[in-house]
Amino acid sequence: MYAPAVEREIKEVVQEAIEKHGCGRDAFIPILSEINHTLGYIPAEAIREVKAQINHDGSFVSQGQLYGLASFYDMLSTQPRGRHVIKFCENAPCHVVGGKAIWDALRETLNLENGATTPDKKWTLVTTSCIGLCSVGPVLLIGDDMYGNVTVEQLPEILERYE
Amino acid sequence: MPFYRSHILVCVDPECLAKGAHDVVDALQDELVAQGLLEEIQVLETSRIGSCSDGPEMMVYPEGVHYVGMTADDVPFLVEEHFLKGRIVEKFREVHKAVVDEELGPLRPKEVRVVLRNCGEIDPMNIEDYLAVDGYQALGKVIGEMTPEQVIDEVTKSGLRGRGGAGFPAGRKWGLTRQVPGDIKYMVCNADEGDPGAFMNRRVLEGDPHSVIEGMIIGAYAVGASYGYIYCRAEYPLAVETLNVAIAQAREFGFLGNNILGTDFNFDLEVRVGAGAFVCGEETALMASIMGQRGEPRPRPPFPSVKGVWGKPSNNNNVETYANVPQIILKGADWYASMGTERSKGTKTFAVGGNVAKPGLIEVPMGITLREIIFDVAGGIKDGRQYKAVQTGGPMGGCLTAEHLDLPLDYEALTQAGSMMGSGGLVVMDETSCMVDIARFFMDFTQAESCGKCTPCRVGTRRILELLQKICDGKGQHGDIEKLEDLCHEVAKNSLCGLGQGAPNPVLSTLKHFRHEYEAHVYEKKCPAKVCRNLIHFEIQAPTCTGCMVCARNCPVEAISGERRQAHVIDINKCIRCGICMQVCNFNAVSVLS
Repeated sequence: MYAPAVEREIKEVVQEAIEKHGCGRDAFIPILSEINHTLGYIPAEAIREVKAQINHDGSFVSQGQLYGLASFYDMLSTQPRGRHVIKFCENAPCHVVGGKAIWDALRETLNLENGATTPDKKWTLVTTSCIGLCSVGPVLLIGDDMYGNVTVEQLPEILERYE
Repeated sequence: MPFYRSHILVCVDPECLAKGAHDVVDALQDELVAQGLLEEIQVLETSRIGSCSDGPEMMVYPEGVHYVGMTADDVPFLVEEHFLKGRIVEKFREVHKAVVDEELGPLRPKEVRVVLRNCGEIDPMNIEDYLAVDGYQALGKVIGEMTPEQVIDEVTKSGLRGRGGAGFPAGRKWGLTRQVPGDIKYMVCNADEGDPGAFMNRRVLEGDPHSVIEGMIIGAYAVGASYGYIYCRAEYPLAVETLNVAIAQAREFGFLGNNILGTDFNFDLEVRVGAGAFVCGEETALMASIMGQRGEPRPRPPFPSVKGVWGKPSNNNNVETYANVPQIILKGADWYASMGTERSKGTKTFAVGGNVAKPGLIEVPMGITLREIIFDVAGGIKDGRQYKAVQTGGPMGGCLTAEHLDLPLDYEALTQAGSMMGSGGLVVMDETSCMVDIARFFMDFTQAESCGKCTPCRVGTRRILELLQKICDGKGQHGDIEKLEDLCHEVAKNSLCGLGQGAPNPVLSTLKHFRHEYEAHVYEKKCPAKVCRNLIHFEIQAPTCTGCMVCARNCPVEAISGERRQAHVIDINKCIRCGICMQVCNFNAVSVLS
């Protein structure tokens, strides 16, 4: 799902996102989310490209405005991320049912700190806000796949599923 | 409509999907075709049935058999046995728990379901299921028989108050928005349920989206709005998908769009997806985000009912508030007002979590006591331990103690006790919870989620967190508690929005009710609940220790010494207080002291 940026023209990705969501003010966040989803993050070139294309279409947006959005929202990243992003829920309900042990094990196994990416660009490890699956905590997401009632023993098997 | 002898309801909640529910559905379809049963048996997708933790799961009606834990490969066998031979497959049958789950099971004692009534009972992806349970009848009644003023009167009379936490009377808000002059008005639904541990809105959106949509259409008719937004957080992909399907179906059936039900009333609706910002649950921040800006709050007034989305009058309620509306219209304001207390009417959903025997989602009449919720509905404290406190109202709420157990739950009573209703999260804590640590935990959350626009919240929450961390680390000094208190009052008083104003609540309420725990941390360097690592140490009780060496082998820093069959000793200087020795000891010989 996260095709490396080099493989797809950023221009093309931006154009597709704008075609899908329009170029009104209310489309800025959906456009950025779309780019983030396709490229895995929002490169600076993409922000320049969004500005150029939107302004060409008659609306006005500045690069600063777009960067302001990309840096404000947790789900948008301005830094490159790994092929698979592991989102770990660190909130109270997951915490009290043993989340800490999973978090420690994840960091240890991948040798990553919160927000970091492995040198081979395979994994990025981040914490996430509550995803509302509290009754099956501890919970983690890998890309769009959800895993509930996760135990430390299950982790290697879960991670193995990803190339 | 075709007649089926049997219906299979497969759960497609996130947990079951993660375990391959879609593969099971596909396999079922294939197998029914192969066996020539397609005309006789219908496969439906539903939200949570009951045991997602053992999923994938399905219900077979009319028998009412609950199957769990099958894979796509098991389906041919299951179809052959159950639907061809008529034999229930015991291997996959869930008998013990029947239709019980952690989130929403059968009605628990003292529960009354209004908002959650259809969840798990109907297929959220099929509008006909909703129509079969009187869906959109309230809309018909409103458009056919009532004036907008009558609708507002009815909702006002019902006593329905904002379920997002603030508790502003819904009817009055609608009246205010209606009064403001303007051709274009908006309806906004706050589905940005960000409080950790609260997932009632997700449940309603995934299980019964049409009740929310119907409530919004009725509200639009009442306030004179022509367009609406449901702002749903991106963390709920299934809710977004369900809503989009439901909106498309409602449009197809003429409940949304132009000339609704053949009248000249026009209203349409779209889902806006957030991008991960807790503060967007605040109404002005939410509207900023809808308009493509950073989700930062602005001072009120002007309130959204005067100046909201795109500068137009906008009515904002949350998911649960709207979901109540169709029932109020159908059954009448008097019915709704018959439940609850004098000033808080109807029912409220709560997500009960923490150290209780039966956590989960519940819906109870307002005015029920905390004692009834914790001990009757949620089964009491887990593992026979002692009740200590309950955190209500999420990260901006407060901790209540044993003396509040008989407090009737309503908006005023909770506020008076130093907490708040909030969205309805209840985290129950037993004696093993350290209240300073809990306050630190919540502060950690609000500090990270502060949007940074106003200084009291941006800087204040960080300073509060640092003080709490210092106290938990055993480095608290004389005067720190007082400093903490002052700082909390300042942040509460001077912050721009509810996030900053409420952020100190967990600290202030724990300071009020558990000040002795703070004092123990600061002055005696002790953690009474034995949680804060720097303030505890582990000790092996010589008489109980058998010298089996398990603890010594598991200790990651080799801090435990002792001969085989001799009592072992922990070197406090080497010990990192990880607690592994206590977990692995088979003889309960390791104790924690403070």
